[in-house]
Amino acid sequence: MIEARSLTKRYGAKAAVTDLSFTVRPGVVTGFLGPNGAGKSTTMRMILGLDRPTSGTVTVNGADYAAHSAPLHEVGALLEAKAIHTGRTAYNHLLALAATTGIPRSRVDEVIDLVGLREVARKRAGGFSLGMGQRLGIASALLGDPDTLILDEPVNGLDPEGILWIRNLLKDLAAEGRTVFVSSHLMSEMALTAEHLIVIGQGRLIADTSVAEFISRASSGSVKVRSPQAAELRELLAGPDVTVSSADEGTLTVEGLSSDRIGVIAAENRITLFELAPKEASLEEAFMELTGDAVEYRAPGQKPGAGAGSPTGTGAAGTAAQTDTDVEVTA
Amino acid sequence: MTAVAEPAGPARGAARRPHPGKVTQTRVLTSEWIKFRSLRSSYWSLLVGCGAMIGLGLLFSMVITSKWDTMSPLRRRDFDAITVPLRGYFLGQLAVGVLGVMVVTGEYSTGMIRASLSAVPKRLPVLWAKATVFAVAVWLTTTATAFVCFFIGQGFFSGKHIQADLSTPGALRVVIGTGLYLTVVGLLGVGLGTVIRSTAGAIAALFATLLVLPVLGEVLNFTSWGDKVNPYLPSNAGQALLAVHTEASGQMRPWPGFALFAGYAVAVLAVAAYLLKRRDA
Ligand SMILES: Nc1ncnc2c1ncn2[C@@H]1O[C@H](COP(=O)(O)OP(=O)(O)O)[C@@H](O)[C@H]1O
Ligand SMILES: [Mg+2]
Repeated sequence: MIEARSLTKRYGAKAAVTDLSFTVRPGVVTGFLGPNGAGKSTTMRMILGLDRPTSGTVTVNGADYAAHSAPLHEVGALLEAKAIHTGRTAYNHLLALAATTGIPRSRVDEVIDLVGLREVARKRAGGFSLGMGQRLGIASALLGDPDTLILDEPVNGLDPEGILWIRNLLKDLAAEGRTVFVSSHLMSEMALTAEHLIVIGQGRLIADTSVAEFISRASSGSVKVRSPQAAELRELLAGPDVTVSSADEGTLTVEGLSSDRIGVIAAENRITLFELAPKEASLEEAFMELTGDAVEYRAPGQKPGAGAGSPTGTGAAGTAAQTDTDVEVTA
Repeated sequence: MTAVAEPAGPARGAARRPHPGKVTQTRVLTSEWIKFRSLRSSYWSLLVGCGAMIGLGLLFSMVITSKWDTMSPLRRRDFDAITVPLRGYFLGQLAVGVLGVMVVTGEYSTGMIRASLSAVPKRLPVLWAKATVFAVAVWLTTTATAFVCFFIGQGFFSGKHIQADLSTPGALRVVIGTGLYLTVVGLLGVGLGTVIRSTAGAIAALFATLLVLPVLGEVLNFTSWGDKVNPYLPSNAGQALLAVHTEASGQMRPWPGFALFAGYAVAVLAVAAYLLKRRDA
């Protein structure tokens, strides 16, 4: 259980997180979604006591993270930037962390096997690929068999197989009754992994909802109709709950009627249809619609909402661009 | 958090498992020892530092012995069988200082610090453990090296019957003091590394303190301030422990000088502790 109350963080004049309140519950995977620069990593660092909130509080399992006597058993974390000394082997990295809280060597071996790093465990982490680094980070997070897991963009740099592995791992951990909090800037990824969503943009809460609800809200259910008798059809479709708009002559966008119903009405009145296309907003579109105003990095002239993860300027956006190609498997 | 009202997962009981894994200072010490011994740079720095001490001691002792017969009486009078073989400490302090800085800044440059501080969110135990592990490792190796240097030198000097031994007044103090001085130099590095967090910046600050300040201090010797300031500059005070005679040279007395030097290191570590606790990681 993670509880944030009016969490605010400013770096100098820049507000990274503003008045953010949410609760992450055990038993389900909770996605933490927001475009780059939204404040996800900052929030996660505050949960771990690494960054001090400007105001507000956040507790893990009922207490400040730093107040727990056995923090690695309470929370396991994978942070965005690698938190591994490049000169140390994976095994020694885990061994050093384990030692702080009396975790035995046998557990170190266990997590190394769990994340599939057995072959490279005695190699220095500096030579690891991004994916291997992520696996080592996940091994560190699992070391203390924690009740709460916090993972910042865990699929970053993983191949499709690795992504699938993470998804299943997270679901299994949640099914065991743990609190699992995972950030991503990709709605498609969250839709496949998470059950609950906390969406932020420019450091503020945008939505706190179940994924199912988010998806049903996203499917606006408009229908695109193209017909040589568009004007005639428009008259016939008119009704109290129906809105019809027309972008150009011969094309209608209908809301409030199903495509089936429109087809029947057209047939009954002997109206020729060239196209009848139900249009469901994709998850990614819904996400962008929601966060459109909150996207931080946008190329000049780019449409609002089309900007999430675009490689403009900052380093954060740069890594995001790479993930985009890695991750966009399904939606 | 006790049994939550949320639907509990199948594999989980209602009660939370008790956690035996408390973070203690001893455990953090173990952790820092694992970190120290698992980096090649630890061995390299100590090897270079001690190697330079021995090499330089060997060189000085050898050259002086071979030139002794033709040396002027004036230079003979300046010769000190105790300090000459230990002159290499000057190079040793560079290696030890850099290692002290890197023990901390290496964690900042790689991001490891966030893992360390998540594991020990109270933070200060990490600093104390780092300082302790580092100090013990440096003290043991440099003290052993100082004895080696001393005996190598006396081996050469005995050919000319100009050797000292550990019972010579001041000898044991200077040999032991070499390890102590170098340990405090390293701790100064640990403290500055924690305050400044960047390797280059902290090394610059350390060497400015140890090497540049005394040179700037020489300017004061042309004014009445020289005697009031110079003996109390950090490295001047610390090196009083490494001199056999301090009365004539205007230095502090050996142990008070060293105590002041250690005091500077303690002060820097205190600032480091305050900042480590307060700042964002
Ligand atoms: N240490 C910092 N100093 C200054 N600004 C920061 C710092 N960390 C994050 N920020 C800023 O705060 C905002 C949120 O960043 P971040 O939490 O990394 O977003 P996300 O993880 O959602 O991409 C960004 O505008 C970023 O530039
Ligand atoms: Mg981030």
